[in-house]
Amino acid sequence: MPNEPADRARRITVQRQGPLLVEGPVEVELEDGTTVSSDRFRVALCTCRRSRRYPWCDTSHRRKTKGSG
Amino acid sequence: MNSYERGPGLPPSRGPLSGAVAGRLCGTGPLPRPVEAEGADPYGDDLQLALYLCYELHYRGFAGVGPEFEWDPGLLRFRAALERRFLSALRADTPGHDSLDEALAALLVEPVEGSGVTHFLGAEGELWQLREYAAQRSLYHLKEADPHAWVLPRLWGRAKAGMAAVEFDEFGGGRADRIHARLFAALMTDLGLESTYGRYLDAARAEMLAVVNLMSLFGLHRELRGALVGHFADVEITSSPGSQRLAEAMRRTGAGPAAEFFYDEHVEADAVHEQVVRHEVIGGLLAEEPELAADVTFGIDATEYLEDRLARRLLADWRAGHSSLRTPLAPHMSHTS
Ligand SMILES: [Fe+2]
Ligand SMILES: [Fe+2]
Repeated sequence: MPNEPADRARRITVQRQGPLLVEGPVEVELEDGTTVSSDRFRVALCTCRRSRRYPWCDTSHRRKTKGSG
Repeated sequence: MNSYERGPGLPPSRGPLSGAVAGRLCGTGPLPRPVEAEGADPYGDDLQLALYLCYELHYRGFAGVGPEFEWDPGLLRFRAALERRFLSALRADTPGHDSLDEALAALLVEPVEGSGVTHFLGAEGELWQLREYAAQRSLYHLKEADPHAWVLPRLWGRAKAGMAAVEFDEFGGGRADRIHARLFAALMTDLGLESTYGRYLDAARAEMLAVVNLMSLFGLHRELRGALVGHFADVEITSSPGSQRLAEAMRRTGAGPAAEFFYDEHVEADAVHEQVVRHEVIGGLLAEEPELAADVTFGIDATEYLEDRLARRLLADWRAGHSSLRTPLAPHMSHTS
């Protein structure tokens, strides 16, 4: 629960292709020292560095196809 | 005032089937025999509205229609005939993938030159087209995530926990002002639309009714729980990039902050929901019931099929320069300068 000391390890799910999944709420410190936070039950952190909403995943890691769809 | 006096009024019928259901709900006429549904166009206005009226009794109902009609045996028998017609058409017409992995893989790539509705709206959509899009989609978004809640008692373990977690987020994470349906109502206000539940039912095309009817069909039948999960996965997987384009469209046209926020929120939320639905909900369901893989695939493919029909309808109307709605909207006063 928010505002309670963690009594168990927080789970992070890693994938080769795709974001890091972290149990929320989270506070993320960025390179410039600013922080952003999310109180979603789980958050997806961008690992491909292509997200336009970094550090949050916006599915930009997906493979692009030439064709139309 | 009794609670059943609230809710939207019954819309005008679109043919004999929807007319008969409405007549039954008003107590003015008998129901047709179930065989009457057999010859109807499964995707047409009449059958889709008839089915929509039957399903709506499980959500908010209609003003002046008694709540006991939800479990009226004659109506349920007739609804079953409508469902058989719709579902058998879907099974015959849906181009199916050979496996669930293939169906999911097709959703998880982004076309460089997309030709869907959100690509069109993102690149060149005008405000009047965004308003029409929102009016049609309001049939779902004003009850967003409600059809999927039906599946919760039909899931166990990881699938239930994952599904409930995503639904919790859809319902605002415990905060009423963040319920996605409410965020959509605020978007409608920004766009100069009325956000009253059911307001645009009569204006919506059969192609839109079919998209919402599909969710109710899958949600209300335990037998179709696999298809419901597949449908939900499709919605969540395709939502993030589509919402990105729609958020851009709202910004470009100056639609308003709530209109932008609805789609901005869905870019981030659905990037998470997609992961949970694929790994926990589908993964959990198939660990328990591997034989449902074909149903999950069907849920994805049927959703793509009906969304594609809707997209073609909207784009054909807009490219021809006319309204995509059955009854055009009143002008947006604050944007007519
Ligand atoms: Fe949502
Ligand atoms: Fe979602």
